[in-house]
Amino acid sequence: MSAREMILGRVRAKLPKGPEGSRREAVERRLAEHAPHLIPARGQGDIEHRIRVFTEMMLAVGGTVEAVDDINEVPHHVAQYLRGGNLPAVVRRGADALLARLPWHRGGALEVTEGPAVDADRASISHAFAGIAESGTIVQISGADNPTTLNFLPEAHIVVLEAADLFASYEEAWTKLRARLGEGNMPRTVNMISGPSRTADIEQTIVRPAHGPKNMHVIIVR
Amino acid sequence: MTEMSTITFKDNVTKALADDKLQFAMTETGPRFIAKRTKAREALPEFDALRDQARDIKDHVLDHLDIYLETYEAKVKETGGHVHWAETPDDARAAVLEICRKANAKMVTKGKSMISEEIDLNQHLAANGIVPVETDLGEYIIQLRNERPSHIIAPAVHLTRDQVEADFRRVHTHLDPKRDLTEIPALVEEARAILRQKYLTADVGITGANFLIAETGTSIIVTNEGNGDLTQTLPKVHIVLASIEKLVPTLEDATTILRVLARSATGQDFSNYTTFSTGGRRPGDPDGPVEYHVILLDNGRANVLGTEFQDMLRCIRCGACLNHCPVYNAVGGHAYGWVYPGPIGSVVTPALVGIENARHLPNASTFCGRCEEVCPMRIPIPKMLRHWREKEFERHLQPTSMRWGLGLWAWIAKRPALYRKATALASRVLANQAVGKGRLKKVPLASGWTEFRDLPAPQGKTFHQMWKERRS
Repeated sequence: MSAREMILGRVRAKLPKGPEGSRREAVERRLAEHAPHLIPARGQGDIEHRIRVFTEMMLAVGGTVEAVDDINEVPHHVAQYLRGGNLPAVVRRGADALLARLPWHRGGALEVTEGPAVDADRASISHAFAGIAESGTIVQISGADNPTTLNFLPEAHIVVLEAADLFASYEEAWTKLRARLGEGNMPRTVNMISGPSRTADIEQTIVRPAHGPKNMHVIIVR
Repeated sequence: MTEMSTITFKDNVTKALADDKLQFAMTETGPRFIAKRTKAREALPEFDALRDQARDIKDHVLDHLDIYLETYEAKVKETGGHVHWAETPDDARAAVLEICRKANAKMVTKGKSMISEEIDLNQHLAANGIVPVETDLGEYIIQLRNERPSHIIAPAVHLTRDQVEADFRRVHTHLDPKRDLTEIPALVEEARAILRQKYLTADVGITGANFLIAETGTSIIVTNEGNGDLTQTLPKVHIVLASIEKLVPTLEDATTILRVLARSATGQDFSNYTTFSTGGRRPGDPDGPVEYHVILLDNGRANVLGTEFQDMLRCIRCGACLNHCPVYNAVGGHAYGWVYPGPIGSVVTPALVGIENARHLPNASTFCGRCEEVCPMRIPIPKMLRHWREKEFERHLQPTSMRWGLGLWAWIAKRPALYRKATALASRVLANQAVGKGRLKKVPLASGWTEFRDLPAPQGKTFHQMWKERRS
């Protein structure tokens, strides 16, 4: 017998006896319904409330947030942010349509490169799939539009988050994901990111960064 | 260094208590973790209700585990991933080695994984010519020291910064010996620079899994450093080490448990990086692993189902019970002698390695109950420790003198009249011995107590006598 059969056999032998059909049905129903459980009140409210909570939470974990009214202002803010952090005026992005459409010339000398991140990249920019107010979390999905390496290799990670995608809870991001990809489907990677990389492994002292970005900057577009 | 020493627990404890550096490191640990968790809990009014739901989710999974395992496996295959079932650590090691060999791997990077510790993966890879590199800072440090983690989520919590500095100087000999490493950020930066090169050149990346989702065939890792993500994103092959009880039904179920995980562990609202991985690279993906493998380990867990120990399988390895345990905070994690320390370790270890190899662990508890009080999954740890003590007694694993003593006590306790007379006599004798002092320096058969402190002498009447008087 294979290890698979041995393990499943042992599991079955130990479980409460019951009609196999109804157990299977219970599982199938649960998977099809994927009902949410209790959702904390913290993030729930209108967009201004969600922006406020998101900002508070992101600041608490060492990230930074600014809100802009016009998406076309983003390049200017990116250039300003890099200057403020003493970083070269170069930023890496993926093929994301929204980012591709931006008037990057408004960033002055800002140079925008395209593709997955390489080790030498100092800064990257991605377009968030969603933001979660309750814990100040950004949700990124993998693919050519916003390659996963952009989230981890560069020292500064800039994220453009449209206010309409800033949800109260994680559950709303799952709803959006199912609407886009279909029931039961996931992209290769979903990254939930709450602030820059940190460690507390030596004497429980928090140090930033550990292995990922040192700075995370979210630009919310109203 | 990584052999099992659970059976010498008592000696381990004596050494731990005499280890000044360990005691220094541990003094700070417990209180800090406790304060952080308390703050996070107070900031979320729904916290305790979420714990109830988290418990119910896992109970449902365990009752339907066979079906969830099959559903999960089918979904992983559908998304282009591979599932390797492993009954034993041997099976798991062999599966990992085979994948590494097929990938022509010379070096593998590793995210934090307790299963990797459980199956002693690093030794096996090294013995077969493959270099394993731990990338979680704490794990990296203890790998340099050839030690096991002493805490489930803070593997190097038993060490001080000067010990880490000494290890870095010993191993990173290509760096300037005069460099300043006195501050913690300098140590972190040095490790970051060294490990960055490892991520970029590794052939295979190995991570653990906090959860497996049946609905989507997804594995989840939770980190703060981002090391797990670099480990699994940059190499061509990603191997996930998981055990069969990690299953949850849906994304929503995982989400609910995630809400209690970080709060219980580090007191964070959410960990910095929570990553959901499903299969390998998709058409058009410019990065990410090409191959995605999951090792599904049993190693004794299925046998726990349906027994009085089933609840232990709800554990999400947050470490809260360690942080709140007076015994753990006094002796540190290494004294427990194997992979899983602290209260939950004392429940899990006997199940995985046999009570005959771990009989001291269920006794390493004062039954103060804090572990159960703080467990996000509401695991009744003290109750299960008692079950293990019963097993220990049933299987005659205690020393003869202890069994005799217990037998004698039971014989008297079952005879109420005799019991009352004997205790009244004993308390009178002891009280007489201690006249004027109220305490005893020496008592026959009680040297285990009086060697270290005086025994308070009984005063006045016995409980039974007072009970009788007040009722009449």
